[in-house]
Amino acid sequence: MANLNTTHSEHEEHTTTGLNNRKMLMWAFLGSDCMFFAALIATYVIYSGQIVGGGPVPEDVFSIPVTSVSTFVLLMSSMSMVLAYSALVRGQIKNFQIWILSTAFLGMTFIGFQVFEFRDFVLHGLTPKTNLFGSTFFVLTGFHGAHVTLGIIWLLSLYFFSLRGGVTPERHLDVDLAALYWHFVDVVWIVIFTVVYLLGVFPGI
Amino acid sequence: MVSIPFPVVRPLKPVGIWGWLTTIDHKKIGVLYGTTAFILFLTGGVEALLIRLQLAIPNNTLVAPEVYNQLFTMHGTTMIFLAIMPLGAAFFNFVIPLQIGARDVAFPRLNAFSFWTFLAGAIILKMSWVLGGAPNAGWFGYAPITGKIFNLGHGIDFWIVGLQVLGVASLAAAFNFIVTIVNMRAPGMTLMRMPIFTWMTLITSILLVLAFPVITVALIELMFDRTFGTVFFVTSGGGDPLLWQHLFWVFGHPEVYILILPAMGIISEIIPTFSRKPIFGYNVVVLSGVIIGFLGWMVWSHHMFTVGLGPIANSIFAITTMLIAIPTGVKIFNWIATLWKGSIDLKSPMLYSIGFIVLFVIGGLSGTMHSSAASDAQQQDTYFIVAHIHYVLFGGSLFAIFAGIHYWFPKVTGRLMNELSGRISFLLLFVGMNITFFPMHFLGLDGMPRRTYTYSSEMGWDLWNLVATLGVFFIIAAVLLFLHNVTRSWRKGEKADSDPWDGRTLEWSIPSPVPEYNFVEIPIVKSRDDFWEKKRSGDTSEIELNLREPTGDIHLPQPSYWPAFASLGMLIGGFGLVYLLDSMLGLLAAVVGGMIIMISIYAWSFEPVNDPDVSGHH
Repeated sequence: MANLNTTHSEHEEHTTTGLNNRKMLMWAFLGSDCMFFAALIATYVIYSGQIVGGGPVPEDVFSIPVTSVSTFVLLMSSMSMVLAYSALVRGQIKNFQIWILSTAFLGMTFIGFQVFEFRDFVLHGLTPKTNLFGSTFFVLTGFHGAHVTLGIIWLLSLYFFSLRGGVTPERHLDVDLAALYWHFVDVVWIVIFTVVYLLGVFPGI
Repeated sequence: MVSIPFPVVRPLKPVGIWGWLTTIDHKKIGVLYGTTAFILFLTGGVEALLIRLQLAIPNNTLVAPEVYNQLFTMHGTTMIFLAIMPLGAAFFNFVIPLQIGARDVAFPRLNAFSFWTFLAGAIILKMSWVLGGAPNAGWFGYAPITGKIFNLGHGIDFWIVGLQVLGVASLAAAFNFIVTIVNMRAPGMTLMRMPIFTWMTLITSILLVLAFPVITVALIELMFDRTFGTVFFVTSGGGDPLLWQHLFWVFGHPEVYILILPAMGIISEIIPTFSRKPIFGYNVVVLSGVIIGFLGWMVWSHHMFTVGLGPIANSIFAITTMLIAIPTGVKIFNWIATLWKGSIDLKSPMLYSIGFIVLFVIGGLSGTMHSSAASDAQQQDTYFIVAHIHYVLFGGSLFAIFAGIHYWFPKVTGRLMNELSGRISFLLLFVGMNITFFPMHFLGLDGMPRRTYTYSSEMGWDLWNLVATLGVFFIIAAVLLFLHNVTRSWRKGEKADSDPWDGRTLEWSIPSPVPEYNFVEIPIVKSRDDFWEKKRSGDTSEIELNLREPTGDIHLPQPSYWPAFASLGMLIGGFGLVYLLDSMLGLLAAVVGGMIIMISIYAWSFEPVNDPDVSGHH
């Protein structure tokens, strides 16, 4: 999505604030995306515990150990993203390629966990149609998963682009923007993990 | 730069229809926005006319009840999302870069994408009329009547997808204008030297960025209910219709300010110009705009006073609603104080602006009446509300838009609009507007519910309904005269010089019509109302420079196919989403649309803003 106008930075443009235009665009987009997830999470919270007509509830299906592992994987991907960016600005393209690929790989692992989890829940009799928990859970985490998937496509695009010499230390902003997006999606997951998973299983906390 | 993976020949200097399809010039996009939105405004007007004709006499059967529901839904949706918002966007596009002294917006191609996506959303919404029925649940589409159980046809699906696509367009434009205004100002133009219209555009854009995702989520949830069988708003599954109301109005109330703040910005430009005085209390006008933008988030439940949120919630929202009347009132006093002792020139833009103040005050007062929850309980869902909304949106937003068209027309076309026609059409519009909407106050207080298909003669609503319908013909006459004035003046109006109104802001310092590059030399801003001050100080060297031909090359971003192509993907994908479950064709269209969008984004990313191999500069 935000790959738009990649070539703006070919010659650093002069701006009123000194901040780069594309970076400001990314921040504005992330502000907007905050409201997007805020509305989805609010829906989940408002409906939590209000289940009509039976079907599984959070305690029946959540496995905190498994999701903790996938959360850890996603957090590690953020670290790997930081290493990729820092390798790039230091001019170590080879290291950049290793780290950006590992970031994408960790992201894919997370998505793999999510697919496994969704399948497991369906086997437990929880689908988006089952009850309000199913509807709110699948739509919220599904849209988060879609964000991660877009991020993976973006990271892989950067990797393949770098193979042809398209990613250089001078054009580090291209990677910086992807990193901003990636970290944001990570932070959203921390909120979802806390609100949906932890509070779902340990409501007393 | 490595090789471009999509070897499509870049349009260099296309002419005719290709010139418009590939343009990324903010001025041309502004004209596209304006003309498209005005045509859509006329379609919304036809819908309104049919509503009024149906209500002209009791027990009328001009249209069927089902069609009537579609008419008022489409009228509201059209006027808000397809007329007033994009007409505002037309002014953002044309005026903002000129006012801040820039050669274009920050992301010219994203800007083109906004327009074409807006057009795609408009097509999706309007096509519902011929593809099995328009949406029929009112412009705020309350659950559960939008659910599959109560609403089987595709009307609601068109509404959902149309609004989502329009949301993408609005968000892209809002991101663009935030960055443009914050980052592309001419040297010396500090925040507190920005013209008020630029300020209001900035606040509006921030509201858009934060408000639209909320309705996006509400529409996603509704769409999943209808398409994939989730139970967000399905009462049998425990879904709560109130959630829809909250989500909708958390978006919907900032949306109200999205509609009115640009209007306030427009008349804050016109009133000082035609009073030949700086605006009274610039800082306060800016600050009250900011406060309105902030408080606008805290009043949404005043749309829900009668749903039973309890006395505490109702009291809090009543108080915040009363609070927001303060900065609004402050602005009105500022405009009046600007008029005070000014040497007033009652040209048509000024007439429309004064009309705005008068009508907006009436609408604002009835709005303040609604802020009292007890009083609102009597007025909820009556014609009193219809009167209120039309005083603030027709008398407010639309009058300001008409004022803005008359004001900036010479800058767009290089010709003046006919002054006499302008005054007559103002008079007709002002009179017609009041004849149409003022009686609705009486009807509402007499208990006539809004959205009622017809009424019995015994209710005693005959007279004022007939009067309201007669008023519409004044409005039609005004709009026809205005259209005649625009089309005629565009072709053979009197030539306008660069500064026909003795303007104050930078757009009047450059030739009319504006050359492609806007400014020969980016001006250095030394004060608020910089152009006015420079004219007064006699330091005209910079101004004269900008009226001449440029001596060297000015690099401009080049036209591109990709924005329009990406929007085409939105259009195809949108229709696919509407018919997702009906046939494989729907699924196919959704996939094809998605692929077109992906391809366009890739191609766009790899396309340099300025291709070094092609010389596209002036």
